Amino acid sequence: MTVDSDSMPTLADGEFQADTQQSGSLGDAVSAYLNRLRGGDMGSLPAILGLVVLFVVFSSLHDNFLTTYNMANLVIQSASICVLAMGLIFVLLLGEIDLSAGVAGGASATITALMLLDYDWTWWMATLAGIAVGAVIGLAIGLLVSLLGIPSFVVTLAFFLALQAVPLKLIGSGGSLRFNNEVLRGLSIKNVPVTAGWIAAVVIVLGFAALSLLRYRSQVAKGLVHQPLSLVIIKIVAMAVVILGITALLSQNRAPNPEIFTIEGIPWVAPVVIVLLLWWTFVLTRTRFGRHLYAVGGNAEAARRAGINVTGMKVAAFVICSSMAAISGLLAASYTGKVSPGSGGGNELLYAVGAAVIGGTSLFGGRGRAINGVIGGLVIATIPNGLGLLNQASYINFLVTGGVLLLAASVDAISRRRRTSSGV
Amino acid sequence: MTEPLLELRGVNKSFGVVHVLHDVDFAVYPGQVTALVGDNGAGKSTLVKVIAGIYGRDNGDFLFDGAPVNVHGPRDVAGLGVEVVYQDLALCDNLDIVQNMFLGRELRHGPVLDEITMETQARETLTSLSVRTVKSVRQPVASLSGGQRQTVAIAKAVLWNSRVVLLDEPTAALGVAQTRQVLDLVRRLADRGLGVVLISHNMNDVFEVADRITALYLGRVAADVHVEEVSHNQVVELITAGRSGDLGLQNTASATI
Repeated sequence: MTVDSDSMPTLADGEFQADTQQSGSLGDAVSAYLNRLRGGDMGSLPAILGLVVLFVVFSSLHDNFLTTYNMANLVIQSASICVLAMGLIFVLLLGEIDLSAGVAGGASATITALMLLDYDWTWWMATLAGIAVGAVIGLAIGLLVSLLGIPSFVVTLAFFLALQAVPLKLIGSGGSLRFNNEVLRGLSIKNVPVTAGWIAAVVIVLGFAALSLLRYRSQVAKGLVHQPLSLVIIKIVAMAVVILGITALLSQNRAPNPEIFTIEGIPWVAPVVIVLLLWWTFVLTRTRFGRHLYAVGGNAEAARRAGINVTGMKVAAFVICSSMAAISGLLAASYTGKVSPGSGGGNELLYAVGAAVIGGTSLFGGRGRAINGVIGGLVIATIPNGLGLLNQASYINFLVTGGVLLLAASVDAISRRRRTSSGV
Repeated sequence: MTEPLLELRGVNKSFGVVHVLHDVDFAVYPGQVTALVGDNGAGKSTLVKVIAGIYGRDNGDFLFDGAPVNVHGPRDVAGLGVEVVYQDLALCDNLDIVQNMFLGRELRHGPVLDEITMETQARETLTSLSVRTVKSVRQPVASLSGGQRQTVAIAKAVLWNSRVVLLDEPTAALGVAQTRQVLDLVRRLADRGLGVVLISHNMNDVFEVADRITALYLGRVAADVHVEEVSHNQVVELITAGRSGDLGLQNTASATI
């Protein structure tokens, strides 16, 4: 009765062609992309449009906005938002939220600053201590959410309130801690030597090109679904233009008085953000952990039945989020040169949520990429940068932040509805 | 007659004072579709969950390949090669077909996912099941129709070289054409030598693909017959009254829950 599967009438390759035809032409790829857009899967498009609008508005309102000096400033200012947003993407992927990420960053930076100032720790030990504080906060949140089943909104709201006590107690009301370690402060005020910057940029572009082409070749060789070669090349060229363009821009002498000073090169925070971006992109797209994270966010019950430890995944997501928040807090302290009791308690978190969502991460879980945090972070950082140049009263800042967050969430909700109806 | 692949003998199961399964004998033969029928509350779902290892047995034997085995949970049963495709399909909408088929059992090269092998194997499995209805194995499951989703869920069970597949109401929510596809697939599974259990309320489906019918009535096996031996009406009587002429429980009046 048993039939050997080898003797089953199998289809010739040609009969499954509908499958490989997806690799068709560039035109097919473009129309597939347009279909996805129409279906509500917008990816980072709102962020890119937002960036264009903000650049047009601010550059028309203030002459200094588009100077290389301000562009470098923008890169430095956006770093902490980008890192915080990348961390938040992990909890957003599960359909959870972490309202305490901003103040967790503040608390972690306080510990790092204290270790540097009072205990004379080396910069990397103090940094690890700060990240460890973040990880412990994330562990506590994750356990409360996944084991006790308290909604993450409530748990992290409680942590948002309680964690503000940490810097206030350790620093004291009205005080602040200097954050002038040569390395950590240097992340924001020093630049990568121009030659090294160019070498790194070229290595990244070549690496991306090599990986893309190798992947394309093995997909074609094995008859797998793949993109048309023209699209692969367009992506490589676009990537090269962006990376080399930014490197060229930042390699110019951007000092206000070029005859007296020389300020040139990529600020050190940029490589920090890029390394984190590459690492988390690898984790999310190429490892089992990342795959399971998407699965839990898409359908927790299905993930559980597939043998995935849903509780463990939730705890891990909160630990990653709070650890990234700690790094973000350090970058913010590096930018301002001090840690004060209010660090991380202001707009930081809402900026980061807005950045992740505007970058294309869904608040409903299951959708998002690490790059969303970086693109969205650049958009969001442009707002305070531009408003700062315009010397606007701070109430405008609050209004704009609230508006941006609402807009991002609306885009997400509308695109989700369209996805449900079109099934993309 | 071939040996049963999976067999339960004299299984009882109670929840507190409610005695749900009474001395149930149930057998799954390789290469055959066994239909499990019964009214709501007859104990079909409980029996499936006992087989799946989700519920323990109060007593009775669980035999696989003719030998008694100890099963203490879903993992033990899955380890034997028994897969259950539940009615509410356990698929993640945001993942594509390949990702869903390998969910929880991803292949890796060191720490990195081996996408090439996974995609190749997924395509081979779908092709060997003569599935031609999906456009691409890399399309997200959210974009699939009900029948296609059911197909993916079943193919997932086949991919892991399962020997017994239990399908819980696989056609319940499907249209005519999609039901056709799924029933064809069920038949092909049995033709490959798998033991297939089809739980269904739909007599047309049962008579179309099943080789054997096991009817449950109030937690007892009313009949375990070849499909040629019974008529449509007899099966309905077995389901609703527990007996049909000489077939079935002869003393249904004393049958209590």
